[in-house]
Amino acid sequence: MEEAAAEQKYSFDVVRWFAVMTAVYLVVGALVGVYIASELAWPVLNFDSPYLSFGRLRPLHTNAVIFAYGGCILMATAFYTVQRTSGVRLWSDKMAWFTFIGWNLIIVSAVITLPLGITQSKEYAELEWPIDLAIAVVWLSFMFNFMMTLATRKSSHIYVSNWFFMGMMIMITILHVVNSAAIPVGMFKSYSAYSGVQDAMIQWWWGHNAVGFYLTAGFLGIMYYFVPKQANRPVFSYRLSVIHFWALMFGYVWLGAHHLQYTALPDWTGSLGAAVSIAMIIPSWGGAVNGMMTLSGAWDKLRNDYVLRFLIMSLAFYAMSTFEGPIMSIKTVNALSHYTDWTIGHVHSGALGWVAMVGIGALYHMIPKIFHTSMYSNKLINMHFWTATIGTVIYVVAMWVSGIMQGLMWRAYDDYGTLAYTFAESVEAMHPYYAMRAIGGGIFLLGAVIMLYNIIMTVLKAKNEGSVKAAQTAAVAA
Amino acid sequence: MSETNTSQPTGLQDKAERNVWLFAFLTFLTVSVAGIVEIVPLFYLDSAMPAKNIPGVVWDRGDKALVDWKEGDGVRPLKPLELAGRDIYQREGCYLCHSQMIRPFRDEKERYGHYSLASESMYDHPFQWGSKRTGPDIARLGGKYSDEWHIAHLIAPRSMVPESVMPNYPWLMANTVDGEEIKSHMRGLRIVGVPYTDADIETASEITGKTEMEAMVAYLQVLGTMIKFQEGVTYRE
Repeated sequence: MEEAAAEQKYSFDVVRWFAVMTAVYLVVGALVGVYIASELAWPVLNFDSPYLSFGRLRPLHTNAVIFAYGGCILMATAFYTVQRTSGVRLWSDKMAWFTFIGWNLIIVSAVITLPLGITQSKEYAELEWPIDLAIAVVWLSFMFNFMMTLATRKSSHIYVSNWFFMGMMIMITILHVVNSAAIPVGMFKSYSAYSGVQDAMIQWWWGHNAVGFYLTAGFLGIMYYFVPKQANRPVFSYRLSVIHFWALMFGYVWLGAHHLQYTALPDWTGSLGAAVSIAMIIPSWGGAVNGMMTLSGAWDKLRNDYVLRFLIMSLAFYAMSTFEGPIMSIKTVNALSHYTDWTIGHVHSGALGWVAMVGIGALYHMIPKIFHTSMYSNKLINMHFWTATIGTVIYVVAMWVSGIMQGLMWRAYDDYGTLAYTFAESVEAMHPYYAMRAIGGGIFLLGAVIMLYNIIMTVLKAKNEGSVKAAQTAAVAA
Repeated sequence: MSETNTSQPTGLQDKAERNVWLFAFLTFLTVSVAGIVEIVPLFYLDSAMPAKNIPGVVWDRGDKALVDWKEGDGVRPLKPLELAGRDIYQREGCYLCHSQMIRPFRDEKERYGHYSLASESMYDHPFQWGSKRTGPDIARLGGKYSDEWHIAHLIAPRSMVPESVMPNYPWLMANTVDGEEIKSHMRGLRIVGVPYTDADIETASEITGKTEMEAMVAYLQVLGTMIKFQEGVTYRE
């Protein structure tokens, strides 16, 4: 009855579509990732084809996981939670559909243009200017609808998850507009408005804040709704949430410069970035503790609540990565870690361990609620949990070892005071770890396929039961 | 869920939580600070490009044409064929595995050469410093190998370096570049600040019909060679 009331009060159609597409894109993004990881281990997989070569597929992988998977889960959860926490229907159903269709068309255009080599060649902002314009329009439609829903809310205060979603929307708008500024020289080619050192700083201001706001603030919005909901307990500390939010909004933006330590960027910029990076451990851990301690006194729930396992494991990875990141920003550590696979390992402990897992947990929580039926299989959720965790750990460990080894080999001297290794020798030494990484990624991918199967079967089950229709038409006491 | 919070907001936080537009405005202000402090100064502080006034770092072209540039004159805009090569470099995503930014360490100096200067990428829209060395840094690749080596290496990297994991790029031999297209690219770059003259742009006609391989090799061979570094000169504090 309560479910039918929610179905009729809120706009769930678009949420259902975003949710299912999230599962599809996670499989696609991870599949491309495993493929390019395999190319580095076995270069024959490039098949002498431009469309399959590493350099063109790697942006496809990053765009698929960040903007296709990440975008869809953020939009699904933002639209779902803003209604539930505000007690009102979305401000505009039509605009939400525009966001859904627009975002998916952007994803399709990325899948077509990136293998064709149409790229701005700025990391995590590869899509060319016509697509960039479309992104701006669709993103603004998402933000406007979200904020108007908040503006018309029934609750007196804005719930904390919405702060984080809003922070993400505002900052990503600024970043996208500034970083993508370019001069078009053809339909499919443009040059960045900035050059050299300024372009580098702007690019990493964008690059690190795509992580900080899109993949962190946005997903913390998910965390602040779904962890308390799934645990059925209030957020551990309201004050900690306030500190977490404002410290994150203020602090994260400074960090980009730590990607440019020892480069031609003026020294003060990198040092400033590193100093704030270290300070950021405090709010980040505050947030992780806030999420985990929400379970305080109810830890036994982890024994049989597989969804909660995903959410709590994601917070453990969040805490781990937000400790590792500041360490890597310290100049002496960065001198070793920069340019190596350690960076790739760090990114994936965040991306697989935190971003993917918290999104997956939210999805498993949401799917039964929006399709008004139980999940097809709880066993498969548990299997997914273990494949995701084991795959992530194998991946990250492989990259730690290879990254540190690379860094040490490059700077090693022999007894005669000459460089001990050629670069090619360091490449050769990476092979076993690149193979191990591909296997770890493959195990993670297997988990994503299990989830997609489980979700498709759940949707089919809902269809057979007619549960969505029933909820939509049930008589609800006003 | 706000009823279950451990405490209630007060003051400005309370006002912001009740008014979405105020909340959004405060957030906007908060996130703007760092960008203003870290990015804006780079556009006007001399320390962003400390070496630009040292003779021989940036080409002082006067009214000379791009073709008159001589080795050691300093950083200049790319010639049309080199620019075509750079476009291919971008298209193939080379920057994902090769950095163009040598750090001031002993091992990097011995492996790759003199540390990179900000001025060396002043005409690079966008910068190509990279973030990962799956392959070696190529900021000073120019002149290290012959053209023939590069061609053989790009067609089949493992024929030259058995340990390499680089993809083969045989299609660079088959495709040709279009001078008219490069002209429009040069005009675009001029708008964002690369000092091409009309005469420079006209010379792009000559490259029509050259292979992408020739363009790519021309680009790789100019990397890091524009400045002749002098002993005893401090290019960066």
